[in-house]
This record gives sequence, C-alpha cells and structure tokens, in this order.
Amino acid sequence: MLKVKVNDTEIEVEDGLTVLQACEQAGAEIPRFCYHEKLSIAGNCRMCLVEMEKSPKPIASCAMPVTNGMNIKTNTPIVEKARKGVMEFLLANHPLDCPVCDQGGECDLQDQSMFYGIDKSRYKENKRYVPEKYMGPLIKTQMTRCIHCTRCIRFAEEIAGIEELGAIGRGEDMQITTYLEKSMQSELSANVIDLCPVGALTSKPYVFEARPWELKKTETIDVMDAIGSNIRVDTYGWEVKRVLPRINEEINEEWISDKTRYSCDGLKKQRIDTPLVKENNIYKKLEWEKALNIIAEKIKKTLPEKIAGLTGDLTNMETLFIVKEFFEKTIKSKNLDCRAENTYVNTEDRKNYIFNTQLNKIEESDLILLIGTNPRFEGTILNLRILKAYRKNKTKIYSFGDIGELTYPYEVIENKTDIIKKIIEEKHDLSEIIKNSKKPIIILGQSVLKIKSSKYIFNELKRFLEKNDKINNDWQSLNILSNNASTVGAYDLDLINPDNSENFTLKSIKNNEFDIIFLFGQDNLKFIKKNEFIIYVGSHGDRGAELADLVLPGSAYTEQDGYFTNLEGKIQKAYKASYPPGEAKEDWSIVNELANLIKRKKLFNDKNELNESMIKYLESKKIKIAGNSIKNEFLSEEILVEDIDYYYSNVISRASTTMTQCRNEKLNLKKNGTEG
Amino acid sequence: MSLKKISKNQPDNFEFNEENKILSKKIISNYPTGRQKSAVMALLYIAQRQNNNWIPLSAMKYIANFLNISYIKVYEVATFYSMYNLAPVGKYFIQVCTTTPCMIRGAYNLVEACREKISKEEKKISSTSDCSWMEVECLGACVNAPMVQINEDYYEDLSKEKMIKILDKINKDEKIYPGSYRGRKNSEPENGRKTLIKT
Amino acid sequence: MLEDKDRIFKNLYNDFGVDATSSKNRGDWLDTKVLISKGREWIINEIKSSELRGRGGAGFPTGLKWSFAPKEVGSRPHYLVINADESEPGTCKDRDILRFEPHKLIEGCLIAAYAVQAHVCYIYIRGEYFNEGQILQEALNQAYKNKLIGKNSCDSGWDLDIFIHYGAGAYICGEETALLESLEGNKGQPRLKPPFPALVGLYGCPTIVNNVETIAVVPTILRKGSKWFTSIGKPKNTGTKIFCISGNVNHPCNVEEEMGISLKDLIETHAGGVIGGWDNLQAVIPGGSSMPLLPKNICETIKMDFDSLVENKSGLGTAGIVVINKDQDIIKCMARIARFYKHESCGQCTPCREGSGWMWRMLERMAKGEASREEVDMLMDVTKQIEGHTICAFGEGSAWPVQGLLRHFKKELIKRNNFNPLIKKNKNVPYLIDQHLLEEDNVKS
Repeated sequence: MLKVKVNDTEIEVEDGLTVLQACEQAGAEIPRFCYHEKLSIAGNCRMCLVEMEKSPKPIASCAMPVTNGMNIKTNTPIVEKARKGVMEFLLANHPLDCPVCDQGGECDLQDQSMFYGIDKSRYKENKRYVPEKYMGPLIKTQMTRCIHCTRCIRFAEEIAGIEELGAIGRGEDMQITTYLEKSMQSELSANVIDLCPVGALTSKPYVFEARPWELKKTETIDVMDAIGSNIRVDTYGWEVKRVLPRINEEINEEWISDKTRYSCDGLKKQRIDTPLVKENNIYKKLEWEKALNIIAEKIKKTLPEKIAGLTGDLTNMETLFIVKEFFEKTIKSKNLDCRAENTYVNTEDRKNYIFNTQLNKIEESDLILLIGTNPRFEGTILNLRILKAYRKNKTKIYSFGDIGELTYPYEVIENKTDIIKKIIEEKHDLSEIIKNSKKPIIILGQSVLKIKSSKYIFNELKRFLEKNDKINNDWQSLNILSNNASTVGAYDLDLINPDNSENFTLKSIKNNEFDIIFLFGQDNLKFIKKNEFIIYVGSHGDRGAELADLVLPGSAYTEQDGYFTNLEGKIQKAYKASYPPGEAKEDWSIVNELANLIKRKKLFNDKNELNESMIKYLESKKIKIAGNSIKNEFLSEEILVEDIDYYYSNVISRASTTMTQCRNEKLNLKKNGTEG
Repeated sequence: MSLKKISKNQPDNFEFNEENKILSKKIISNYPTGRQKSAVMALLYIAQRQNNNWIPLSAMKYIANFLNISYIKVYEVATFYSMYNLAPVGKYFIQVCTTTPCMIRGAYNLVEACREKISKEEKKISSTSDCSWMEVECLGACVNAPMVQINEDYYEDLSKEKMIKILDKINKDEKIYPGSYRGRKNSEPENGRKTLIKT
Repeated sequence: MLEDKDRIFKNLYNDFGVDATSSKNRGDWLDTKVLISKGREWIINEIKSSELRGRGGAGFPTGLKWSFAPKEVGSRPHYLVINADESEPGTCKDRDILRFEPHKLIEGCLIAAYAVQAHVCYIYIRGEYFNEGQILQEALNQAYKNKLIGKNSCDSGWDLDIFIHYGAGAYICGEETALLESLEGNKGQPRLKPPFPALVGLYGCPTIVNNVETIAVVPTILRKGSKWFTSIGKPKNTGTKIFCISGNVNHPCNVEEEMGISLKDLIETHAGGVIGGWDNLQAVIPGGSSMPLLPKNICETIKMDFDSLVENKSGLGTAGIVVINKDQDIIKCMARIARFYKHESCGQCTPCREGSGWMWRMLERMAKGEASREEVDMLMDVTKQIEGHTICAFGEGSAWPVQGLLRHFKKELIKRNNFNPLIKKNKNVPYLIDQHLLEEDNVKS
C-alpha cells in the first residue's frame, strides 16, 4: 500500500494504480476523454491534468503511476486553467451541431463543457472540415466531431483483435479511418460507438431515431447466443430502439457483439400478431378461442404417444418448464426434446454440458484446444476472452481443422477423430502438452457433438483429463460451447430423452411416426412433412411457422419476463421491456390456457406459481450418479466445423434489416476478393 | 500538414524486383527477430524508388504482407511521414525549403522561379518536362540558404537567376551539379575563414 | 577566440577527406582500445566531470544520462540510439559531422555503447540526409573492414553493430521517444514519460539516446581529458560547440567555438557581420527555431551558453543562430515558424494539435494587420494553454517563439493590428468567466 495525498487528504492506495485511479478513490473526480479502464493508456486528450508537488508542469493523471508520498492537487487554479485550456482547444474545431447530433444527451464533451467550457468561442478561424468515412452498415461517422482520443483504434487493436482502424496523416489533419474506408470486419465493431466520447461514431441504424432521455431503459439479458450478455434495452413506446451493453465483469465485461446490439430491428418485422390456420396452403386469421379449440379437439382425438414437441433456441425457462409439465401432465407424452438435431449430451452431471472453466477464467489459461468449434462466431464474447488469454500469457491455441481468422494465431491440427483417440491413448505430442499445462482448456463445439463418435470423444476425453488431474476443484478444463440461449436451461430442466443417448423424438419425427407436432419457437427442424398436424408457437413467421398448420403468436425475449441459463450455467432473468404485438401473448400463458381447455384445469394459477415451481424443480434436481456402461463407440471421422450463418442465426436476426446489411457486406467482400 | 492526396490512378500489382527483395531482407535483418516492423519505413522508401518516386496502394499492401503487419499500420506510416509520395511526382522532384532561415534569404524567389518554369501549382507535373515541385519545411542546410533538394541532392546558395538556370538545364535533361552555387566550400564562411586555417 | 588546436572537428569544412586513413591522421581511432580498457566507471566519470551537456537541444548532462542505464544487463539487451534527425530550423551542424567527420561519430558510438553496455547501435538519420547517410554507411563499412567495430571492436573485446535507420520527413522524430517509435516502425508520436527510455526504450529495452554532436565529441574529451574540456567555456557550460549562423549575415557559416562566446563576436568575426551593419539588426533566434528570439539590445551583450540564455528567457537549444535584420518583417518570420510547427505537429495530443494551427492562423492575420488588438493578448493566452500541457516538449517548442515575439515585439504587433474591439474587456475579469454577462456594461459608445 502506498500513501498519497489528494487535495490534502491522505489516503492509502494499492500499488500499481495511476494517479487518476487514486484520485477517484479519494473522491476527486477527474475529467477524461481518452482514458478508458479496459484500454491501454494513451494520455493524449490532456483533460485529466492535475498538479503534482515538485513537478513544474501539470501531469496527465491517467498515465502517471502512483508513488509513495505523492502530493496531488486537483482543484487548484493551475489545474482549472489547464483543463479549460484543453477544453477550448477541443471545442475550437468541434462543430456546434449538438441539436442534430445523436450523441446529444450522452456526450462526454457536452457534459464536460458544462464545467470547463467557455460559452463563447474565441476561435475565429474557419473550422476544420473532415470528410466522413465509410465504416460499414453499423457505424455512422461524422469526423468533424472527432477529438482524436483514439479509443476506437485501441479497441479494435486490443479488444477486438483486428487491426483495422488507424489515424492517418498527422497534426491537425489527422483522421481516423479504416484502411481505404472498408467496412469493419470485427463482430464487435459497434462497441466503438459506445466508446466514442463524442458524436463522431454513432449508430447508423439508430440515426435520428430518439433522444436518450425519451427512452425507457430496461436492464435485461441477451439471447442471440448462449453467452447471456448483460444488456440494456431502450424502448420508445412499443418499439425497441436500441440495445446497449451493461457491465458484467464475469460475463461480457462491457462489450456486446454486433448481433446482440443490432438484431433488435428484427423485433418489428415478420411478427406473428394473430393466430393463423392453414387452409389450402393459405394462412387465415382466426380468433384465439377457435385456434385453441382446434388444438384441444385434435389432442383429445389423438393417442398421447402420437404427439411430439420440440422447443426452440430462444425459449425462456418458464416456457420450457410449462411445456414439460404440459407434456407430462396434460398430454402424458414422453416425446419432448429441445434438440432439433442429433446432438450428443450427457445430462447425468451438469458439468457435462456447461462451460465449466467460466468465462472470466479463460484468461488465466495457458493452453486452449478447440475441437469442432469456431468461437469467433459461436460465442463472440468468449472469443474475446481467448484473445485476452493469448495477449496475457502467450497462450498456445490449437484447433482441429483450419477455421479461418480468429483474431489470434493458432496451430491447426488435422481434423480427424483419430488424433483425439491418439491424444487420449497418449500417443500424440498433445497428450504431453496437455499434461504439462497448468490450466488447459478444451472446448467442444456443437459440431463435434453431432458426429458419430461424439460420445466416445466426450467421455474418453473427460476420463483422460480426470486421470491427469486436469479436472479438479481448482480447475475445470473440459467445456461445452453451446450456441443457443435456451440450450443449457433446457438441459437443466431435462427437456431431453431420459436415457441420454439418441434423440428418439427427432428420429420418430423424421420417420413420420407422429400425428401432432408442437414447435415451441423451434425453427430449425428439417424433415419432410406428411400428414402431421403441426402447431407452431412463436414470435416470428420463419421456417417453423412455414411448416405449421396452426400458428399461435407468442412473444420475443424483450416482451416477457423469463429466465435463461447461459453456457457457463449462470441463471439470469430477462425482463419485459416492451409488450407483444397485436394479439400475441406471452408463451407460458398460451400453454397454460391450452392445458385449461383440455383438462379444465390450468397448470399454474399465475406466473409466480410457475416460477416457484420451476425453481423448486431446479433445486431438487439431484445430480445423477454416473454409471453408464454403454460402450463409447469410436469411428474414424472428420470433425467439420459447421459454418454458422452468423448474422442469420435465429429468427430475430433473420428478420433484421441491419443484420441483412451486415451479411451482405461480408458476402460482397468475399466476392470482391479485396478483403485479404 | 494537409492530408496527402492519394493518386486516383493506381496500378493493380506491385512487387519488389529481385535486387530490392534482397535489399529488403537485408534491412529486416538489421533488427532483432520479430521486430521486422521496424523495416517498414525503409521498405516504403525502397518501393518509392522502384516505382518512379511514388508509392501506390498495392505497394503498401505488398509491404504489409512482406512484413506480416496490418495494412492500416503501413497506411498510417505512409501518410504520417512527409517524404512518401502517394501520387506521381516528376522525374526531377524539386523541394524548395521555405522555412524562416531560407525565407529571409529569399526562398520565395526560388518558388517564383519554379512557378514560372515548372508549373503554377505545387505537386503538379510540368506540361513541358518531367518535373514537379513543392514547398517543404526545413531541410537542414540553413547556413547555405536558400536551397532546394532535387531528388536526393542539395543545391545550395541559390538565387532566382541561378534557380532558373538549373531549371532550364533540367528542362533540357542536361546534367546538373549539386552543392553550393556561390562556389564556396561546404559550410565555411566566404571571404576568409578565421578558423581551421591550414598551416 | 578558440585556438585551432582546441577545435575538435578539424574537418568541419572537409579540407582533408573523410576516409578512415585521413581520419586516423587527425587523431581518430588512436588507442581506442586503451580508452575502453580503462573501464565503464572511468569513462562515465570522465564524461561527468567534463560537464558535457547534450548538444541536441535540451542540454541534459551526458554522463548522468549514461549512468541511468541499468548497471547489469538483465534479460533485455541495452541499445544505444544516435539521434541524427536534425530538423530544427536554423541548425545544420550534425549534417557536417555525418558527412565530414563520420569516424568521430562511429568511434564515439563504440565508446558510448561500451559505457552503457549496448551491443547494437542505431543511427537515426533524417530521410532528407540521404547522401550524408551514404557517406556514413561508407565510413561504417570501412570501420567494419578495419575491425574498428563489429566483433571485438578495436580489439577491445566489445562487440558492436551499428545500423543506419532513415527517417522519412518528420521533425517530431527528433524527440527521443518519437524517434524510438519511428525506429519500431510506427508513426513518430512521442511516448508518455515515465517510463524513461533509459529503462524502457527501444523494443521495451533500456536505451540511451544521444545527439550526433554529443557522441562525436566524446572520444576527444577522453583523449585530451575532462580537465581540458572544462578549461574551455565556463562551469556547467563547458567545452566547444558548433554554431550554425544563418539568416541575414554577410557570410553564413558553421563554426566551432568556445561555449559562452559572445553572440556579437560570433556574428561579427565569423559570419562577416549583419547585412546592412550591426545597427540594422532586428532580432536573433539564438538556438534553433523553438527558442524565443532576442531583440537587438540583448544581442549586444549576450553570451552563447545554456545558462546565460536561460537567464534571458531564451535557450541555447541546438545553437542554430538565425539572424534577422530590419529588412525583414519580424511578424512574418514568426508566422512562418508557426506554420512549420503546425506542419510538424504529430497530432497526438490536444493542445499541440489544435493550438499550433490556431497560432499560425492568428499570426498570418497579424502579419497582414487583420487581427484585432485584443487578439494580441489572446495569442499569449493560447501559447500559455499549449505550454506545459503536452506529452512532449514540442508544445513548448511551438509556443516559445510566439511568446518571444510577444515579449519583445508586442508594440509592433499592436501597431499593425489596431482594430479597436467593440467590447472593451474588463481587465480584472479573466477570459474564462462568462463574458457576455459583462458585455452590456462594457460597450462604449
């Protein structure tokens, strides 16, 4: 601990802090533009100048490390004069266009000029003109507003891991741009909008949409992937205007992916707002009562074992639970699953299907093995942590198969299951490397869990790691990277075939063995329909609704409260920020009403009862003892990482215009061949 | 420094010739392993010399790949330093120093000469010969002011008349000689030095 | 006047040739091995007691700088970097050392590298000095060939490699940390200090950065002894110095003279006097463009050394003397210097990026008489807002010449720019306070 004086108050601070941090601990606020906790120190805005005893000049507090016995003053006339001077320079060439600037109301420069600005400009020269720069469909630029803090450049380089922004030219003509104004490549690009302290980089889809103070802010959880990024949804009336990140150091720090941020316009498009029935291949509107009656009648006439159900990617846990109850108690059918593909999962132990290492511990790792996964697209935020590990520890990273640019270097291993077998049997160099590693991380993606040897790979790899003490109380090395927001929650609630092996429900669906199929927000089912009566419950008119004979309008994640368990097993609640459109209802209540109609008894009296019941279920769940002796069959196979259509991975993003633009931008780039 | 204009006409491809490939590798070896980025300035200069004294975008890409660094980093360096020409210049590229020490000894007379003999505007290739000029900041030959740099050589102790003579020769593609144009030896004082008197 | 025998740079005007043999005839490379064998302690102490101060502008004691290098070489190698990015307007001394006395520099590099335990030395030459760099490269080749440097340099047991790194036109790279950035292949934008290069410099390793002239005088000091060096000049301002006398003098030249020689002596004796006679003198910039100018009355008596110039609110800087006579428009001269700084600002930090252009534009208007009287005071404000608030010393460098002009030629400025502002400023109210609240009372009919 070091002793320092800040404005004559003596405080003790930790070693390794900067003067700025020490001042904040002492309660003295320091204005800043370029400094940001998550980025390297640039010290270029000069706004944070403070006076230090024995220093003839004021010092930049963001860059100066604290030393013992420092005497800092932040409230002297010299400091004030310095800051006012810097503010005047910043404003000299900054346009007076706050009334038409989207940053207005949440602009650092605006806020700080209230304290340090002069009301009248003394700058009589012409203001500088800087041409706008194209940075892609997400980022709107107005470079005359730029104050050259270089936060965006540092973000692209240090956090996103793609060096694509730079400051060209020099002196007062320095300009921030991408190389030849190419669209930004990173899936995290729009975070520069949050970082920009002024209105130079603003959100293109949100341009001139609203002022921050008119928006209702709801703190909630994202469902675009299984990360469970913490977000804030800003709404104006019904409409979701924008999505912003919330700080959660354990999960997303303060970044979100572009998909999380910009899929929100998909909430307004392709929505199902009324029950529909298909007659002669044409959808007709009908009333709720009639629609539910049709279903009730059908169910009454059908044998329970002829009824099946699949749940979807974005379904919250309450809905999953009530669907489970509905199938168990109302219909009494066992044909319910959450998987639309034959994905291997072993739910005997929760550790078998979550990301055990935990996101915030990835950066401690010294060895990372990617098997059948492309973390850049499957878990953008997770990828950022891997980059952090690489930057911090020079972590060695291996991938089975070349999976393209990941923002960090990795070594490619032949994508054969034989190699994994060799590793397990200690006949491969990697066996030793894993054994010698202190904190290895093995990440299994969904692609590898779909191949025939998945069971062998998972269970034998686990055995190998346990044997070598790489899975213990201090370090969990084996991880599953789930792609969808509801996957882990559904496994927790056991929406899966009880004997843990093949997806029999899916198999039977594909064999056309059922008469009624429920799709609860399930849009990924691929099968040739015969005489099944398909009921789709969901928010968007997408692939699932297309298959259906009867469509019931449900709600999206911003329109109902609901729990989601993220890939590392953290249960988080998403809150209602808006309400469902038209006649659409919250998903759980649709199931509840249907149960009422069939059995004359609701499954739950209200949402609270449902919640309590679900939590009780989760709490009472005992970890089953592993005793499975079915042989883990090995086959020599290739592990192919499935291409994820990143910007089109779920119904909401498929409905989003912004995501379509992003997707086109990427595809065009590939066609031109100019990207590399 | 206003932002450099990048030529609209860009060649599609650029590659170092064999000689420059060897030279580039030698320069990279001057720096510790893994620090090949240090060579970016030298490589840009080599590219400029190979490509008629200007650097096309394809050369920047080529160098970025050559050194395994990102395009934007090369682009930043190429736009930061004033000696890299990002648009074609004349075969004779005349840089007139007009910073104060030269200015007070008549540098703007040399600018006038350039305007008359080459082109009215800076950085514009003459219509009659392969020649362009621009004003530059201090070239570090202040005691020999006013002076100009033509390609790599310094022409010192000039006047408007002498400059015109040089430009006439250039226009005729005749050989010109660098150094002082008042016949003095380097930076010694004219009319009898008081120091380093030969004995 | 300094005697020729006490001059270090005997080939300043290239009377003798630059090759290794003729350099040896002038005394270079004589018993270098013996000097080195006396040990690092001795070398550093000898330089400390010679009171040699850096010749690059800041005047930092060289021996002290060397002693900042870590005593033991750890996991990171040490580097020696020579700053030959001579770009300060009014200065052209290093150019002559590079092209006429390269062996003095190379020998100095060897001794300095040994003293700070560096095996690699980079010489950063400004890109415009291409020919000078070629001459130096030829000298390096000869030195390698004669085993003066390289493996077991001069049979001293010390290995040293010297490489030339060309700049590409950026004044800011003369700032030592910007120079290191440039050496690493980045834009030349100065680094934040601390840490200082002596601990974290090139590639994050301990690095000593010295000016060409500083290093080139080292071998002679060691040979002739620190006592000889201190016998020239005055305490803390010892030895000889190359002065560059340019501008409105009859015979502009470079000359090596004693520190503390009077400015008038330099101009009258060596440079053939001011054009139009001494009385035609208007002002002198004594140490390169970033040092505040001195008016004629100070020039009469001023001595050219670090401390005397600081006493007169200027500085020795690089000892580039620019003489401006009364035929010149002093405001225009300074506006041109302001333009230079605007052109060369790296753009990294706010005050310099925004302030340097502002100063230039105001000065241009003032030269034409298009500014109002209150702007003259405002100009001073702007310089004060830049000075001391920037990452590197460029802020001072751009603000000081303007301050010098305001200090000594304010009358001239006001005479030319005598628009009376509509609103009289209340003298007691600092500009930072809401002026519009006071305006109505201040409008005079």
